[in-house]
Amino acid sequence: MFTNAGTSSFTAFLSKVAPEMLPGRRPLPPGMAADMAPHATTIVAISAAGGVVMAGDRRATMGNLIAQRDIEKVHPADAYSLVGIAGTAGIGIELMRLFQVELEHYEKIEGAMLSLDGKANRLASMIRGNLGAAMQGLAVIPLFAGFDLAASDPAGAGRIFSFDVTGGPYEETGYDAIGSGSLFAKSALKKRFRAGLSIDDAVRLAVEALYDAADDDTATGGPDLTRRIYPVVMTATAEGTHRLTDAETAAIAESVVAGRMENPGG
Amino acid sequence: MAMQFYASPEQIMRDRSELARKGIARGRSAVVLSYEGGVLFVAENLSSTLHKVSEIYDRIGFAAVGRYNEFENLRRAGVRMADLNGLSYDRRDVTGLGLANAFAQTLGAIFTEQSKPFEVEICVAEVGATPDDDSLYRLTYDGSVNDEPGRMAMGGQAEAITGVLKNEHRPDMSLSEAVRAAVKALSSVGGEGGASRTIAANQLEVAVLDRRRVGRTFRRITGAALTALLDGEAAADTAPAPGRAKTPTVPTEEAGKPTTSAGSADLEGQQQEEQAGE
Repeated sequence: MFTNAGTSSFTAFLSKVAPEMLPGRRPLPPGMAADMAPHATTIVAISAAGGVVMAGDRRATMGNLIAQRDIEKVHPADAYSLVGIAGTAGIGIELMRLFQVELEHYEKIEGAMLSLDGKANRLASMIRGNLGAAMQGLAVIPLFAGFDLAASDPAGAGRIFSFDVTGGPYEETGYDAIGSGSLFAKSALKKRFRAGLSIDDAVRLAVEALYDAADDDTATGGPDLTRRIYPVVMTATAEGTHRLTDAETAAIAESVVAGRMENPGG
Repeated sequence: MAMQFYASPEQIMRDRSELARKGIARGRSAVVLSYEGGVLFVAENLSSTLHKVSEIYDRIGFAAVGRYNEFENLRRAGVRMADLNGLSYDRRDVTGLGLANAFAQTLGAIFTEQSKPFEVEICVAEVGATPDDDSLYRLTYDGSVNDEPGRMAMGGQAEAITGVLKNEHRPDMSLSEAVRAAVKALSSVGGEGGASRTIAANQLEVAVLDRRRVGRTFRRITGAALTALLDGEAAADTAPAPGRAKTPTVPTEEAGKPTTSAGSADLEGQQQEEQAGE
């Protein structure tokens, strides 16, 4: 079975040999299922000079309950791109793992990476495969961002793609946010974003935007100073993807909180 | 009614073995060995895009000699199997032994059931925490598996190469020493009258499974980094840059190259002129 399926796409291979491992291929009983599983919430992405920054809060909710305080929703998709997940946590994590394998698999089989647009299109078709579940309330919406190795100008190589339950991708200019707190995060980014930000400024801006989201959205978690749980912040640049250490995000989050002590509106 | 000539099973198996052995011996050789920082693959290969050495999984690499289409088919199957198992269980649950067994099953079935066996010899290498923990498996055309501790050579005049390699190889070698030992072994045969010869850097395919790296440990060594290693400079020998390897590189880089088969052994002499200039 491993030698016959002649394709370089891992999901296409799975659909032949193990279709039950694809989230969209599982039969679902009728009815709404929206409140039965935890939901992951806000992710922001900002393009900066020489790359892109993505950050996500750490909260997962189930109705009015906090299901998890330290969930990680921003992950590297491959060496040069990042993916963040909002929506039904279980399916989101599964899709994200599948997407990581998809990219790595293509790279190993073909000996070359997919283009950034190719990766975004691939993710769009995987999201489209989950449409049936999405219509029953188990929607997953990713945010995809990466460093485009083929870009003529490295300063503008950080690109962001958003999606909806029917697929996409939609390329965003400058910044984007997804999840329940995205309305507030995007409003904050709208006023503060400037083209050509440095990576460090964009990281700070992302944490500020998440703070604004947590400020007005109960499903988004702010920096948890007592438990030392801070947002996950990742960058994708010419050097590859990088996750800021806990100490680094702690310093940024504490300085953002200190700023809000004086001016709660930022 | 036409009469079928009788051929005994022994005769059939002998003929198939002979076919496979001849095919493998015609090609260029590859060497795999453990060194202090990981597992090193060195293959003589005129093409820089049709690889004889490649990545299967985080800590598992693959090297092959023989017919390109046949071992490429096995490599793809190996990648699919590793990725499927890694996704279903965990990345740590994909092992070299599991892959070697799967390849052995496939090769064994092809050898007995098909009219023509695969003319390939394969090495599945897994890098461990220390050189003693590395495992190298040799798989031959008939599906037999051999555990080769420390080093192995396959294809071409493999026995002569193994002899040189045995004298040169130590498990605590540095990368630069290991590359030079491997190249010395590969170039010890094939010259005029069985003498040694020189192999240019651009005819070598070199890759490592880097023991110290986490996640995907496979990286190719090409261009200036390879030349530096061959010249024995220490600069390229130090620990690699943090982060993940940039392999594979941007696909556009090699777009202008003509397509050549890694399996075809009749391209010798094309790049001899460059060699003579050195």
